[in-house]
Amino acid sequence: MKQPKVTAASYLGKKRLVQSGVLALIAGIYAIGCYILQFDTIQGTLSIPKAFAWLAINFMPTQSSMSYLPQIMEKLFDTVLMSIASVVVAAVIAIFFAILGSKVTGINKFMQVLVRGIASFFRNIPLVAWAMILLFSFKQSNFTGFLALLLMTIGFLIRAFMEIIEDEAGEAMMALKATGASYFQVIFQAVIPQIIPSLISWILYMIENNVRDATLVGILTGTGIGFIFDIYYKSFRFDAAGMTVLSIIVVVIGLETLSNQIRKVIL
Amino acid sequence: MISNEGTKPIVSKPSFQKDPQQKIKLHKTTASTWMIQAVTISLILITFYTLTHLNTENVKMADAFKGLMMTFNQMFLQPNAGADGFWVLLEALGVSVLLGILTTIIGAVLGFFFAVIASRNLTNAYWGAGIRALMAVVRAIPTILWALIFSIAVGLGPTAAILGLSFHSVAYLTKAYSESIEEIDPAIIDALKVTGCKFWTIVFQAVWPTIIPSLVSWTFIRLEINFANAVAVGAAAGAGGIGYQLFVTSGLSFDFHEVGYIVYMVIIVTLILEFIAVKLRQHYLGK
Amino acid sequence: MLEVKNLAKSYQKDKPALTDISFKIDPGNFVAIIGPSGAGKTTILRSLNQLIKDDAGEILLDGEDIRSANKKELRKLRRQIGMIFQNYNLVERLTVLENVLHGRLGYKSTLAGVIGRYTEEEKREALDLLDKVGLSEFALQRCSELSGGQKQRVGIARALIQHPKVILCDEPIASLDPASAQNVMKLLKELTEEFNIICIANLHQIDLAKEHADQIIGIRHGQMIFNDTADKLSKDAIAELYGTSAAKELA
Ligand SMILES: Nc1ncnc2c1ncn2[C@@H]1O[C@H](COP(=O)(O)OP(=O)(O)O)[C@@H](O)[C@H]1O
Ligand SMILES: [Mg+2]
Repeated sequence: MKQPKVTAASYLGKKRLVQSGVLALIAGIYAIGCYILQFDTIQGTLSIPKAFAWLAINFMPTQSSMSYLPQIMEKLFDTVLMSIASVVVAAVIAIFFAILGSKVTGINKFMQVLVRGIASFFRNIPLVAWAMILLFSFKQSNFTGFLALLLMTIGFLIRAFMEIIEDEAGEAMMALKATGASYFQVIFQAVIPQIIPSLISWILYMIENNVRDATLVGILTGTGIGFIFDIYYKSFRFDAAGMTVLSIIVVVIGLETLSNQIRKVIL
Repeated sequence: MISNEGTKPIVSKPSFQKDPQQKIKLHKTTASTWMIQAVTISLILITFYTLTHLNTENVKMADAFKGLMMTFNQMFLQPNAGADGFWVLLEALGVSVLLGILTTIIGAVLGFFFAVIASRNLTNAYWGAGIRALMAVVRAIPTILWALIFSIAVGLGPTAAILGLSFHSVAYLTKAYSESIEEIDPAIIDALKVTGCKFWTIVFQAVWPTIIPSLVSWTFIRLEINFANAVAVGAAAGAGGIGYQLFVTSGLSFDFHEVGYIVYMVIIVTLILEFIAVKLRQHYLGK
Repeated sequence: MLEVKNLAKSYQKDKPALTDISFKIDPGNFVAIIGPSGAGKTTILRSLNQLIKDDAGEILLDGEDIRSANKKELRKLRRQIGMIFQNYNLVERLTVLENVLHGRLGYKSTLAGVIGRYTEEEKREALDLLDKVGLSEFALQRCSELSGGQKQRVGIARALIQHPKVILCDEPIASLDPASAQNVMKLLKELTEEFNIICIANLHQIDLAKEHADQIIGIRHGQMIFNDTADKLSKDAIAELYGTSAAKELA
């Protein structure tokens, strides 16, 4: 076998050249982007401490903002419930489609392509579009928020579940198929038991994520925690808005910690 | 075919009974299976409660779904560029894409820096714990709230959007990168430490080259997220871009033909981003 | 008796993975298939239970043609063929006992299999088999808690409870340390004789193949270039299979 002689030095030199080129390209894109968007990096950076100083004065909850707490808690509770419900319903639908569409459990090529397409479509329609379209038909109600979260979550979970099945269940599946087990036996005896921890891990992650996304949906559709933040914000009750942000931080970090504890036991 | 002939006599073990009267158990309940059941049941009960108590404002479901189908029909089957026209929408789309790219670059640079400091295998535990806690708080606040907060603090516009989006981007990538760094084989780092290399030399000679594949992979995942967030922030914080156009056409002028057109434009961009991400991952995994 | 006649398979056009493979194996024989990686060993093995659909040929198990079986018949034929994998392919989260019992799924109604209901007789047999492979204390342990060698023995028990006529092993010891590898090979050899079944194993280690196998089949570039008893595998034959340098190393 003949190979062109590549010395270590020339190889490293070439690699460094490529890396420098890529870095220069990224810097160039950044500079052009800043010019077009009229974003002054230095000014922007300097405004951060100022912004935080402003926040520290205006957003700081005071004694009187405690009175908002019950209302905030109620809306936040609603939002968490809505996130959980949207993820659970989405997960049930998604596992069904993921089994039909994954490369290892899929029934045929056509279904695989179809499911992939559907998932990609649902996932890539902006959450804003879902929220606004649904608002038009279903008006300002919690159901609208629920549907918007549900539709987007379905897209995410189908993809995630398909990847989990392909990564984790393929080998055990083949073994059971070789024993003469039928399709449904393989699904219930090999695939489901094998993927359940990852499934639950993803469900927990999506719940956490949907609490955050519910804020956006809430602002647009006038529901839940997003709505109440928007009201405080637009009526300049910044201390109450700050209180809302603080409550969200506590709840999201609480959920994240709880999820991590659950994961530790399950995996 | 299978018989006990010629096999060793079976010693009865305490863990199960071979008494023919007694049923043989297939498994014992472990903490893990118990937790899985507990979580599953709780989630289902909560969902059931939520769905039965969901406030629908007495909207007639059948009519609403019919209306939704009509909207879908206008959007997806009869899209057009509407009052704004293609070029205005394309420019707005460009703004959102740029927002996504800029905030990803900021997130990647600062994120890498923070990740190095936060990784348990590179620095002392106090720094790491401090940064991780800070980033957890930053991540807990929804992007849209960051953008809204900055738009009062520095005024409405792209600067507020960029700063708002960057906070989340930095926090997310710090976590992702530092998890990749912590997976590095300790031998690689020790090998350089033994030769007396300086901290940043180790970072750029050992850490950086080792994690480039996962670095690239995470960065592109974040680019997809940042683009989606740029659209969202444009709509809900009035920060401009295609998101703002989407908000105006769907919430103020109710031109769902144009909404459909915009959605298709956004989908095309996300598909391109996804395609690039997949190709890059294949490129790096293939090596 | 297992009889393979003129088996052929190509994954892509004009790139045959197998050409014209024919051999016969009698019950009670332990057969090793050897050859460099990419030679087509896995393809042969997976054609035998039709996990891979081959292109042409005949595969007769006691006179029945596996290749022409319909879906239902194929399930019935597959339960007479156990399979053992390099990566064990167990359902790691289930217990050892549950994994062994998976070998019975082919004999059960779909519903009974789906909910995992087994008869006491099946369970008792599973425990006996675990005893035979030396794992009876581990019956209620999760498979993820076992070592590689132990996992492979669970795989063997799962194949045996199928009451197979044939056991196919795709590199059964490639992921094991030398001591566990010897153990597994001995166990397979003993079981082959004890139950008078056919055992076919893809192997990388020529020395282990010579030590344990009754018959050796050598594959190179999808063609069978050796098929004889183990003692006939000469240095020249090895050289032809792997190239001269490998033969020298092994000598
Ligand atoms: N699914 C597949 N698609 C395309 N080519 C394959 C596939 N599986 C195996 N091959 C090719 O067929 C040949 C034989 O492969 P295999 O039976 O796995 O060899 P071995 O098990 O001896 O290493 C190889 O050249 C391999 O690249
Ligand atoms: Mg192979």
